[in-house]
Amino acid sequence: PSSFVIPAVNNPAEYCRQNYTVGYGTDTNQDVQFAKGTTTLAFKFNDGIIVSVDSRSTMGPYIASQTVKKVIEINPYLLGTMAGGAADCAFWERNLGMQCRMYELRNKERISVAAASKLLANTMFQYRGHGLSMGTMVTGWDKTGPQLYYVDNDATRLKGDIFSVGSGSTYAYGVLDTYYRPDLTVDEAIDLGKRAIYHATHRDAYSGGINNVYHVKETGWVKVGSWDVNDLHYLYADEKIAARNP
Amino acid sequence: LGSAVVAVRGADSVVIGVERKTIAKLQDPRTIRKIVKLDATTTLAFAGLTADARVLIEKVRLECQSYRLTCEDAPSLEHIARFIATTQQRYTQRGGVRPFGVSSILAGFGSDGNPQIYQIDPSGTYFAWKANAIGGKNSKGMREFLEKEWTEDLSEPGSLKLVVKTLLEVVDSGSKNMEVAVVRKGSAMELLGEDALNAVTEQVLAEAEAEKNAASGGAEEMKD
Repeated sequence: PSSFVIPAVNNPAEYCRQNYTVGYGTDTNQDVQFAKGTTTLAFKFNDGIIVSVDSRSTMGPYIASQTVKKVIEINPYLLGTMAGGAADCAFWERNLGMQCRMYELRNKERISVAAASKLLANTMFQYRGHGLSMGTMVTGWDKTGPQLYYVDNDATRLKGDIFSVGSGSTYAYGVLDTYYRPDLTVDEAIDLGKRAIYHATHRDAYSGGINNVYHVKETGWVKVGSWDVNDLHYLYADEKIAARNP
Repeated sequence: LGSAVVAVRGADSVVIGVERKTIAKLQDPRTIRKIVKLDATTTLAFAGLTADARVLIEKVRLECQSYRLTCEDAPSLEHIARFIATTQQRYTQRGGVRPFGVSSILAGFGSDGNPQIYQIDPSGTYFAWKANAIGGKNSKGMREFLEKEWTEDLSEPGSLKLVVKTLLEVVDSGSKNMEVAVVRKGSAMELLGEDALNAVTEQVLAEAEAEKNAASGGAEEMKD
């Protein structure tokens, strides 16, 4: 957008990189430290897409919040997830919402997920090198069916069936990849989404809080529910005990 | 002004015909193309200043590809018409420039699979039409003729005959002075070859002759 203000210095990109970079433990000397550390995931299956995220925000070892909304509701049929800089994600995804609405008004039809994710990726490309930190998944159901795209701050844009983004993503992938099937039932898929996030929050210090789950259907997204990951811990622990003592 | 352009929307095709002004003997007729491809599935015919049209067409072609790059999908006909209209309007409101002296007719298919025609003026207004004629010495007359003759759901041969008939109102007869193209769903426009065009012209003229001669009861179909 032409009205985005950049620092009035000789080399704005350099200035941003030195003073506003995201870095685990390395940004402690900066004036602005980014809240980061997260686990978000989304996967496509026969009945749509499940989006499951945690809600912890950390500044170094300090837990800034346990109740962050990491799923951004761009419009009733498009969702975006948040990983990386919370402000960057929230701002640019809301900006994407504005662009999507303009598209709708001009063209009298909804924007496709491919086009929406491309708009975001192109914006990221414009600000490449300026130190933005955003790892997001743009997902929705358009006339070509359910779609899932990964977009990040260096304008990488990937189409896929399964993605997990954030410091806890490796733990989530472990569970997700083991149990994923395209023909999961809706309940099985929701359970998988919950379990994957729980395991990530259990092992990753920077993930935790509440697990929010959304389901993207043909008629738009619905919020399935919120679960405190602590409660999930004891739930699954009981299951393990029950399994050991049939 | 400029040479005449006629476009007719049928049930599953759009037929465009343009008047080909008599050219100098030494000039190669193949280098004058008034019906052009804008995109894989969109065709444009214009009336007016050829040079202005060339510049405008270049802008539109770029916009079509830019849309495909950004949205990963083909631009809708309405989007292209709006782009042409917006561009032309800009040149009526800035200083130091003059408007594009071009009237365009855009032909293609909508996402619902139905054929569409749009017309864009130098003022920057655009409208969808079922059949229209622009340019030439009597576009008003041609349009009135179309209003009388056009019917819903014309077949391709029917639309072809109507286009030729309309053009014959203003053009000296002879397929040498016309260029006709058919736009079908999912394919680029197809320029009618000499023989095909001759055949249609002859059919139209024969039918007109027969109609004149039939004193009574001559059940003449003017369209399929």
